[in-house]
Amino acid sequence: MKVLVPIKRVIDYNVKVRVKADNSNVDLANVKMAINPFCEIAVEEAVRLKEAGVATEVIVVSVGDKPCQEQLRTALALGADRAIQIETDEKLDALNIAKLLQKIVEEEQPQLVILGKQSIDSDNNQTGQMLAALTGMPQGTFASVVKVEGDKVNVTREVDSGLQTVSLNLPAIVTTDLRLNEPRYASLPNIMKAKRKPLVVKPAADLGVDLSPRSKLIKVVSPATRKAGIIVDGVDTLIEKLKNEAKVIS
Amino acid sequence: MSILVFAEHDNSTLKADTLKTVAAAQAIGGDIHILVAGSNCQSVAQEAAKVNGVSKVLVADNPAYEHQLAENISLLVTELAADYEHVLATALTTGKNFMPRVAALLDVAQISDIIAVESSDTFVRPIYAGNAIATVQSLDSKKIITVRPTGFDPVATDGSAEIVAVDSVTDAGISTHVNDELSVSERPDLGAASIVISGGRGMQNGDNFKLLEGIADKLGAAIGASRAAVDAGFVPNDMQVGQTGKIVAPDLYIAVGISGAIQHLAGMKDSKIIVAINKDAEAPIFQVADYGIVGDLFDVLPELEGKL
Repeated sequence: MKVLVPIKRVIDYNVKVRVKADNSNVDLANVKMAINPFCEIAVEEAVRLKEAGVATEVIVVSVGDKPCQEQLRTALALGADRAIQIETDEKLDALNIAKLLQKIVEEEQPQLVILGKQSIDSDNNQTGQMLAALTGMPQGTFASVVKVEGDKVNVTREVDSGLQTVSLNLPAIVTTDLRLNEPRYASLPNIMKAKRKPLVVKPAADLGVDLSPRSKLIKVVSPATRKAGIIVDGVDTLIEKLKNEAKVIS
Repeated sequence: MSILVFAEHDNSTLKADTLKTVAAAQAIGGDIHILVAGSNCQSVAQEAAKVNGVSKVLVADNPAYEHQLAENISLLVTELAADYEHVLATALTTGKNFMPRVAALLDVAQISDIIAVESSDTFVRPIYAGNAIATVQSLDSKKIITVRPTGFDPVATDGSAEIVAVDSVTDAGISTHVNDELSVSERPDLGAASIVISGGRGMQNGDNFKLLEGIADKLGAAIGASRAAVDAGFVPNDMQVGQTGKIVAPDLYIAVGISGAIQHLAGMKDSKIIVAINKDAEAPIFQVADYGIVGDLFDVLPELEGKL
C-alpha cells in the first residue's frame, strides 16, 4: 500500500525564538530550520512500514516556499521514495493546509496518511484531524504504536489517563506522538541518492483551493519573564522559605 | 449569542477542567450550554447541571459515544453546532482529538489552546513552546476553540441548569475502540494538583522515583516527569509535563534532576513558585526557579522528606 507523509519545515527545536521589536511575529531571519520533530517520526514510521513489506511506496509532501525542498530532500534521504512540494509563499491556516493535502490524497489514493501530531512552531495540533474530516477517513491521533492488520489499522494512542487502542478502517489517518519510534540518521550515500529522487513542484494556486485566511494575527509578544530567584543553602532554608515567604506549604 | 461547551468526563464524573472551560465561555459572554456525550453518563449530566452560569445541559447518552471516538463525537458536535456561535472544548486529549475534525466539517478554522479571551472573536494563545504569545482574531462566523485549563480559574458549582436529552445518534462506523490501559494512581490528577514534584534524567532510573513518592505523600502532590525520564522508560508517558505532554500551573512545582529544556519549561513555567534541585549550577532550570538547591538529589530528597 501507498503511504503519504505530510511534513513541515519549522524552526529547529533547540532555538530559543525572539519576538520582533514591532510585535508583528517572531523573528525567523537567519534562524536554523529543520523538519518538525513529529514529522520526522512520521517519515520513520512510514519507512519502517516499507521495510516490513507493508508499504510499497512512501510519498512525502510539504506545503511551503522553495526552502522546504531541503526538508523534503532530508525525508527522501531517510527513505521516502518521492516528494511533492505544494508551493506557496503564504503562511496558511491549518484548515487551508488540510484542504491542499486533501487534493494530494485524492490524487495519490494512499491507504495510510501519517502526520506529526503538532508542529512545534504554531503548536496547533489540528492538521491531521482536519484532513481526516475532509477525506472522511478515521483517525488515530497521538499514536505510540501502529499495526496494519488486513484492511484495518490498530493504533495505540497516548491519552491523558494512559493508553487507548482503537481499530480504524483503511484508508486512515495517523498522527505521531514522540514515543512512536526513534528516527534514524540519514547516511551520506543516502543523502547523495536522495538528490536524484523525484521531487514534483505544484503551485498551490493550481489546486483549486480557496486559500483566503481564516484568522488574523493581531500581535505577538514575549511571555512575561519570571523574577530572578535565589539559590538557598540547604533543605532547612528551602522549607522555611516555602512556608513563610512563598506560603505554598504549611 | 450562545456557546456550547463540551464536557470532559469518564462517563461517571465531570472533569474539573470543564469548570475552567466554562470560565472561558463566561469571558466570551452569552448563553452557555454544556454537552455531555457518553454512555451511561447521567451522573455527569447531574454534575454539569450544577455548573455556575450554565443554562442548559444537553445529554447524548448512547453506546456510540462511550469512548468518545473522534469520528462519532465530531458528527454529533457538528450537528449541534448549527445553533451556536462558539463551540468550546478543553485542550486535553479528547478535545484535541475531535475538535479540529468539527472545525473542518464546519469549514472554519480552529483556535487552539487559548489562555485568554480578548473579545468574542479575538483570543490569546501561546506559540513556539510558550516562547511567544499570539493574539489571534478568528475571521469565521463560527468559532471553534480549545481552552488551556491553566489559563482560567474554575467557576463555582452552585447552578441549576435544565437537562435535555439529545436523541440523534451519529455513528460513523469507521472506527472501534479496542481497549484502554489506564494508569492507576491514588495521587491527585497532574493537571489539577496544587503541588507537583517532577523527576528528570537525573533520577537515573525508575526505582529512584520512589524518592519522590514520600515527599509527594507528605505534600499531597502529584508526580510528573520530563520527557527525558519518560523516554528513558523511568515512568509512563502520561506523567510527562511539557510542550507535548501535560501543561501544569500548580502553586508549587518542584523540579528534581531536570535541566530545564525549552520543551519542559513550556509545560510548567506558569507555576506560581518553582523549586529546582539539581547538581549542575548552570542548568537552565535555575533561570526560572524561585528557589534553587545546588546539590545531589540523592542527598537532598531524603533530607527533604525527613524534614517536611
